[in-house]
Amino acid sequence: MGRFAEFWFYFSVNKGAVIGLVTLIFLVLVAILGPFIAPHAPYEQYREALLTPPAWQEGGNTSFLLGTDAVGRDLLSRLIYGARFSLFIGLIVVAISMVTGVILGVLAGYFRGWVDALIMRIMDIILAFPPLLLALVLVAILGPGLFNAMIAIALVLQPHFARLTRAAVMSEKNREYVIAAKLAGAGHIRLMFKTILPNCLAPLIVQGTLSFSNAILEAAALGFLGMGAQPPTPEWGTMLAEAREFILRAWWVVTFPGLAILVTVLAINLVGDGLRDALDPKLKRS
Amino acid sequence: MFRYIASRVLLLIPTFIGISFVAFMFIRLLPGDPVIALAGERGMTPERHQMLLEQFGFNRPIWEQYFSFLWNIFHGDFGTSIASKRAVLADFLTLFPATLELSLCAMLFAVIIGIPAGIFAAVKRGSIFDQLSMGIALVGYSMPIFWWGILLIILFAGILHWTPVSGRMDLIYFFKPTTGFMLIDSLISGPKGAFKSAFSHLILPTIVLGTIPLAVIARQTRSAMLEVLGEDYVRTARAKGLAPKRVIGIHALRNAMIPVITTIGLQMGLLMAGAILTETIFSWPGIGKWMIDAIAKRDYVVVQGGLMLVALIVMTVNLIVDLLYAVVNPRIRVK
Repeated sequence: MGRFAEFWFYFSVNKGAVIGLVTLIFLVLVAILGPFIAPHAPYEQYREALLTPPAWQEGGNTSFLLGTDAVGRDLLSRLIYGARFSLFIGLIVVAISMVTGVILGVLAGYFRGWVDALIMRIMDIILAFPPLLLALVLVAILGPGLFNAMIAIALVLQPHFARLTRAAVMSEKNREYVIAAKLAGAGHIRLMFKTILPNCLAPLIVQGTLSFSNAILEAAALGFLGMGAQPPTPEWGTMLAEAREFILRAWWVVTFPGLAILVTVLAINLVGDGLRDALDPKLKRS
Repeated sequence: MFRYIASRVLLLIPTFIGISFVAFMFIRLLPGDPVIALAGERGMTPERHQMLLEQFGFNRPIWEQYFSFLWNIFHGDFGTSIASKRAVLADFLTLFPATLELSLCAMLFAVIIGIPAGIFAAVKRGSIFDQLSMGIALVGYSMPIFWWGILLIILFAGILHWTPVSGRMDLIYFFKPTTGFMLIDSLISGPKGAFKSAFSHLILPTIVLGTIPLAVIARQTRSAMLEVLGEDYVRTARAKGLAPKRVIGIHALRNAMIPVITTIGLQMGLLMAGAILTETIFSWPGIGKWMIDAIAKRDYVVVQGGLMLVALIVMTVNLIVDLLYAVVNPRIRVK
């Protein structure tokens, strides 16, 4: 508890981080409770209420608070369901890229030599391609869809974890506590994952938050380009792509999905900044 | 210095091999028959299939195919587009100036605003300006730029009618492209009004593409500046009575700019590699839109060649950035 109290002390100094955290908790609750709080089903088409403006505008209807889209689906309900998709995408992508990246990074930093050279050259190659382009090409191979988009984004984000872990492991490896553990007879696996890794976690947590927001942005971008989640899935990027042709006629169908992405990503980035300041004074930048 | 350059260039060889291997494998990993994917023909006869199989060389051993792929690349042959029947390299070279022009403008926009904002925020740390500008920077950094572009189109093109919606130039103007940069070409040989048209077409894409670099540069300038302002030599400079402007402008700024220059370079590489989203929203005829169209049309030769060319550009720009970094920061090259 002592360590958590100390962490919370530093984290709560940053007002932005607290606002971000509250927003994020709210979004998580919305995502979990989605089916209970959404006023309509996300795929239900109200044919008599196409492109209804938001309730407060002339012609609006209180049963569709944020209005309806071109086929009469309730925008608010779709946004609520969209929160489930975006947070789920972020979570899975971070989990995949973090686990693979950390394992590769630990192996490279611990063994050095040809293992290190091989792993790091592969990471260099992945990093030589612009992330969105590589993700697009991977989706072209795997076929468009939400699941494949998540794999592609995880692969693109993974080198950052590998590089960071490798650097951290290299700086910890020759510390006395590691040598002591080695002399006490700890094997490679134990040394890598139980002795060294827990001491490298701070920068990884910060990178994890950054990747979380990046994953949401990239997934939305792929959806927008028609290579991610496919219509009629209420994914925010896909919703924007469907709404593109109405930009000058119905501002609400384009404004709200984008706003949802921005608010979510901003909240996560605020939390990330706060975590960085609280967890690692060396990384402290702002 | 020479040893540093040599070692840095040598490191590119494995990366180059890796990149070319990824591009090479791309077509072979596509689901279905690669001959059909490449030829883009439906209902072909078995004879035609066999002929194409031999023409593309899929019947030869895989390493032989890879070496002939490399051989062609070294001779500037990146394949021929299925859709346009033109050489991929020729298409790339025609479209690249559009992307380069847009990325240079976006970077200029980001640097001109981002660096002064970052410096000012650091010098006035904790002030309203600091908090406001860093708040805006974080919003910019979190922005889904495809949405940002749409919002700007709605406001400036749709409601206010200040700028055009998309493209590089109004269709009424026609003149010979000399450099491929619309701003320059329209000045040299364009009719009256062409430059204004080129400029107004550039404004919104520049802002959209420049938003994330602007946010990154402002944040980085501020943090680099704060770090340097805490150093002993800055305190010494202040203590010996130098004017604050001189301390900040000369002593602090020079060292603070080293990491910022690296950031600018790396961002530039990414921007040049195809502003996919920005070009798609504004129908900007550049590399990013070309690649997206090729993926949508399943013109896989273009995707393969474009992937390779784009990675080569990023690789080259990153090399230049690394070398420049070694020039401005001697600690790197003696390590």
